[in-house]
Amino acid sequence: MNNRLVISLSPHIEGDFKVEKIMWGVVIALLPAFFASVYYYGFNAIKVVVLAVIFCIGSEYLIQKFILKYKEKVTAFDGSAAVTGLLLAFNVPSNIPWWQLLTGSIVAIGVAKMAFGGLGKNPFNPALVGRAFMLASFPVHMTTWPKPLENIWSFGADAVTSATPLGILKEGLNAGQTVEQMVEKLPGYFDMFIGNMGGCIGEVSALAILIGGIFMLYKKIITWYIPVFYLLSLAGFTGLFYLIDKSADPLFHLLAGGAMLGAWFMATDMVTSPMSIKGQIIFAIGGGILCGAIRIFGSYPEGCSYSILIMNAFVPLIDKYAKPRRFGKEVYNA
Amino acid sequence: MKLRTFNQGGVHPPENKISADIPIKILGVPQQICIPIHQHLGAPAVPVVEKGDKVKVGTLIAKKGTAFISANIHSSVSGTVAKIDDVLDATGYKNKAVVINVEGDEWEDTIDRSDHLVPEIKLEPEEILKKIEEMGVVGLGGATFPAHIKYMVSNGRKSDTLVVNGAECEPFLTSDHRLMLERTDEIMIGIQIMMKSGQVDRAVIGIESNKPDAIENLRIKAQQFPGIEVIPLKVKYPQGAEKQLIKALLNREIPSGKLPLDVGVIINNVGTVLAIYEAVQKNKPLIERVVTITGKKLKTKGNFLVRIGVPAAMLLEALGEEIPEGTSKIISGGPMMGKALNSLDIPITKGTSGIILMDESEAWRREPVNCIRCAKCISVCPMGLEPYLLEKLAEREMFDRCEANAITDCMECGSCSYICPAARPLLDYIRYGKVNVMRIMRERR
Repeated sequence: MNNRLVISLSPHIEGDFKVEKIMWGVVIALLPAFFASVYYYGFNAIKVVVLAVIFCIGSEYLIQKFILKYKEKVTAFDGSAAVTGLLLAFNVPSNIPWWQLLTGSIVAIGVAKMAFGGLGKNPFNPALVGRAFMLASFPVHMTTWPKPLENIWSFGADAVTSATPLGILKEGLNAGQTVEQMVEKLPGYFDMFIGNMGGCIGEVSALAILIGGIFMLYKKIITWYIPVFYLLSLAGFTGLFYLIDKSADPLFHLLAGGAMLGAWFMATDMVTSPMSIKGQIIFAIGGGILCGAIRIFGSYPEGCSYSILIMNAFVPLIDKYAKPRRFGKEVYNA
Repeated sequence: MKLRTFNQGGVHPPENKISADIPIKILGVPQQICIPIHQHLGAPAVPVVEKGDKVKVGTLIAKKGTAFISANIHSSVSGTVAKIDDVLDATGYKNKAVVINVEGDEWEDTIDRSDHLVPEIKLEPEEILKKIEEMGVVGLGGATFPAHIKYMVSNGRKSDTLVVNGAECEPFLTSDHRLMLERTDEIMIGIQIMMKSGQVDRAVIGIESNKPDAIENLRIKAQQFPGIEVIPLKVKYPQGAEKQLIKALLNREIPSGKLPLDVGVIINNVGTVLAIYEAVQKNKPLIERVVTITGKKLKTKGNFLVRIGVPAAMLLEALGEEIPEGTSKIISGGPMMGKALNSLDIPITKGTSGIILMDESEAWRREPVNCIRCAKCISVCPMGLEPYLLEKLAEREMFDRCEANAITDCMECGSCSYICPAARPLLDYIRYGKVNVMRIMRERR
């Protein structure tokens, strides 16, 4: 026999589900939200997104090449750094200075991801760590949001600023106003649904995020448990307080701020979410409650990213106790 | 109509049943044949012939050992025993085999070689079991569990259903499919024999829906027999695994570490059913089986009735083909659970369901990358295990935690390794952990 034969253990065939495919699938799923942000914030949104992706891929490449000294197998282009870059950009206002974005990217990739061993080893969502770092370091820039543009081609970004709906609510409540008094300042639900409000680049349009989320469900990149249970528990928790003090109804909380982006793209991050379905549900419910609690009781108007980061910390514990259902557990009685 | 299937885990690899339309042909015998004495689960048989002995087709050449789980081995050819020697077989190791120089084709007189059907079941349940044991019938689905034991351990426990496994969930393989098309009558009688010996009055045949002709064929025949039912199943791997098949057909779950009998089920593969028919009604030992020879690069494919011990290379000769250029892997069995061979000279044994030739482009595994915790392995595991965790634990030799996480429930179906986007060697490490956990458990006892 002339052929050299490969000897290996079974299985001898492999599925076509690959890491790159998953990561680029997430990138595609993020495109609708990207287009929505370009529609609302114009050229600045493109600039921030492109820069963040370049910064993130660049940091990963440079770290692997020059600090970790990888000879081959540089994984910077497997799509995961691009996802981090996109998500980081989606979590900042469109008028953020580029050097702040660079700092955030380096923290996201260098500290939150590569320091732990790269893709798959990071306990916290890198993009959220980057965002949290930026929010703590540059609070003014991170909380000054430009108004959606009247015209997509108008460049002057710093000109008009507006608060986010959650910011308006928090400020108003702190000043002792009732919701009825604030209604004029708050955008309508339809505007909030399609994204016509102040906010971070990628989080404003619930519609665009939903399209991306459904795409990921269809491609089997994510399962429905985390987003659905996260949003349900957020709605449930805020609904409970709506019944008590009539401040803001659950629908407002679902559409405002980063809840949608968080539920569909941040909490579902495979690396930092639990493995079993049971665990994913616990994780999502915990996240929703924390998000609602921070919004209602915290000093920050928005709590979505912190709620996910806090739940990330619980993942090893959840994984330890929330096991999948073992086959043959229920005994058949003949 | 919604097709039945098992509800937990499973994958659907490309079916590639490219040899399904090719009728079974009979393969000849070579000049010399090697019959391994360990073709079944359990202890090897003990040779009862010596160099120079004359044997006929059907002569007992190795008797089941004293161990509880073992099976007889018969000669599949007539001739003279040349030697008893260590021969390389499908396991990749050298194992003891009886080497016979073939002379003519003379059969034992007791064997009924005619084609006519023998529908009448004369033997009593006890005698049927004896016969099955005597004729060396083992499960032909791949696990080669001696068939008589499936009934014997029942002492006191009553089973109520016979499950016939026609799922053939492995890609590429078509030997069971062809049997269900061509030997329908014999299979029906075989089912009745098993119902009688197991004292059950209900039988269900599970067939995946990618074999509509077999379903139709058996359904028409089954109408004549009360108690026999054909149930089409959704195509999903590993549906042919006994726990999954019983779950799919009867919605009964076999508890961890238990047997089908514990839920009142006797289960056998269609090939085994045919072998039982031949053993009981025709007095014919298990000396031949149907083997699929296939591969995407082969111009022709085939299903052959092969005498046990014939070298696998003869299948290719019978097709009139050489090993195609670029073939880099040869698998004995299916692509999900089969063994990679290092040569085509190994003998076909009772457990060989197919020989698959794979091209270089499919033969190599992808380079593994970090686990991205996508949880796909959990979602496809039919046993509800956590392959990602077991891999890490086994790699670090934390065998007590492997055991606590039910590693011994793993049946090595390979769904986790198949689906893993990071190409982690999940099953390889799980096997390593499993072997060690089983050793530790034995030592404890």
